[in-house]
Amino acid sequence: MCLGVPMKVAEIKGNDAVAEAGSVSKSIRLDLLDNISVGDYVLIHTGYAIEKIDREEALETIELLRKVYAAGKDAGLRRGSSDEGD
Amino acid sequence: MPRERMQAFEEEAVMKEIDFRASFREPELARALAEELSECQPAGPVQLMHVCGTHEHSIARAGIRSFLPEGVKLVAGPGCPVCVCPAGDIDLAMQAASKERVILTTFGDMFRVPSSDRSMERMKGAGADIRVVYSPFDSIRIARENPGREVVFMAVGFETTAGPIAASCDMESPGNYSVIPSIRLIPPALEFLLERSEGGINGFILPGHVSTVLGRKGYLFLNQYGIPSVIAGFEPVDILAALLDLLQQLEKRGPGKVRNLYGRVVREEGNRKARKIIEKVFRKTDSNWRGIGLITKSGLRFKDKYRRLDGAEKLGLEYNADAVDILPGCLCHRVILGEAEPEECPLFGTRCTPAVPFGPCMVSSEGTCRARYIYST
Ligand code: SF4
Repeated sequence: MCLGVPMKVAEIKGNDAVAEAGSVSKSIRLDLLDNISVGDYVLIHTGYAIEKIDREEALETIELLRKVYAAGKDAGLRRGSSDEGD
Repeated sequence: MPRERMQAFEEEAVMKEIDFRASFREPELARALAEELSECQPAGPVQLMHVCGTHEHSIARAGIRSFLPEGVKLVAGPGCPVCVCPAGDIDLAMQAASKERVILTTFGDMFRVPSSDRSMERMKGAGADIRVVYSPFDSIRIARENPGREVVFMAVGFETTAGPIAASCDMESPGNYSVIPSIRLIPPALEFLLERSEGGINGFILPGHVSTVLGRKGYLFLNQYGIPSVIAGFEPVDILAALLDLLQQLEKRGPGKVRNLYGRVVREEGNRKARKIIEKVFRKTDSNWRGIGLITKSGLRFKDKYRRLDGAEKLGLEYNADAVDILPGCLCHRVILGEAEPEECPLFGTRCTPAVPFGPCMVSSEGTCRARYIYST
């Protein structure tokens, strides 16, 4: 129900937009986000873009996990990502 | 840039996007995390809970429970908005559909959920004009295309869906569009669960897409309970990393923290614009959850300024407070709270299957019983 599908914004006309993923394209609405440009990746839920996807952050998370769990395992490394405080 | 090159460039970009998604499914990384997880040695029995139907799917599909170390249980809480939508709300929508000139629209998942005496699907079979929509905006479109009819949108969801629903009400919507909101909020449910379980829940996996709206900040009230809580995405790597984080937090024995491991879409502050539109259109109200009962300030109703969009008021519908939520024999009221496993229900897989569902948890694609059935058979 709260399913979100990542897509790339291909066209914008006011709050109406077209987003694509692979060969699929869909009309979507941008009412819930500011400053979206063509080429941005967004998460679509019930036809509305609900958040922008931060690719850099995605790649960083993966790198960190690889470092801590996949690569560092033999060295006995075991720690979570740093606390971000409250 | 020439068109072809531009296209190649675009395709590559989409590939990259798929690439980073794939990273969160990467078998090697998932295996390393799973191994690490199964080697954890919690000091005593631990019960972790997620509150999201999509998480239940990912967990069941990837068989993640099999990697949990001994003594650690991962249960599904009330994470399916369709399952917790009371029969009374569905009755209200069906009352609307029985009126002349009304087109009732709803999300696909709602269509087959049994109410007191029948489902919308059966009502449609009997001639009512009920249409499944993918987006609230589709309902607006149907209203525009049918000026002589009243289009009533039965709008079910949590915070994630509340944004789109509110946005459809805040725009210049046609005069023949109205909504029956059946929207529930996750934070009051978490508090309810913590108070009810009296220490029986030791950690939460927080729902990734509800969190896009609330942000990590929206959960800081959990600090007063000191319960470890992690916002997680939906790929196997996301969930395994979240489980590891929770167990490591418990190991430290200090007060648990709210952490965000889904930073690629969840921001610290959440989506302020979505929250603003929701607050503009709706106000909080006590709300009934199917199988659970009343939870204080856990639902949304129209603010006075938007009352003209209230479908129940517009059509003069009457709420049936006696609608039966849980049919005798169904264990949904305990499954929804994570207090019983679907397999404990004698009807599971016998009288109750996805093809012929008996209770709400088997109907919705987000329902715990349905996810469990699909991936275990
Ligand atoms: S298996 Fe069916 S009847 Fe049993 S608890 Fe789940 S939905 Fe209800």
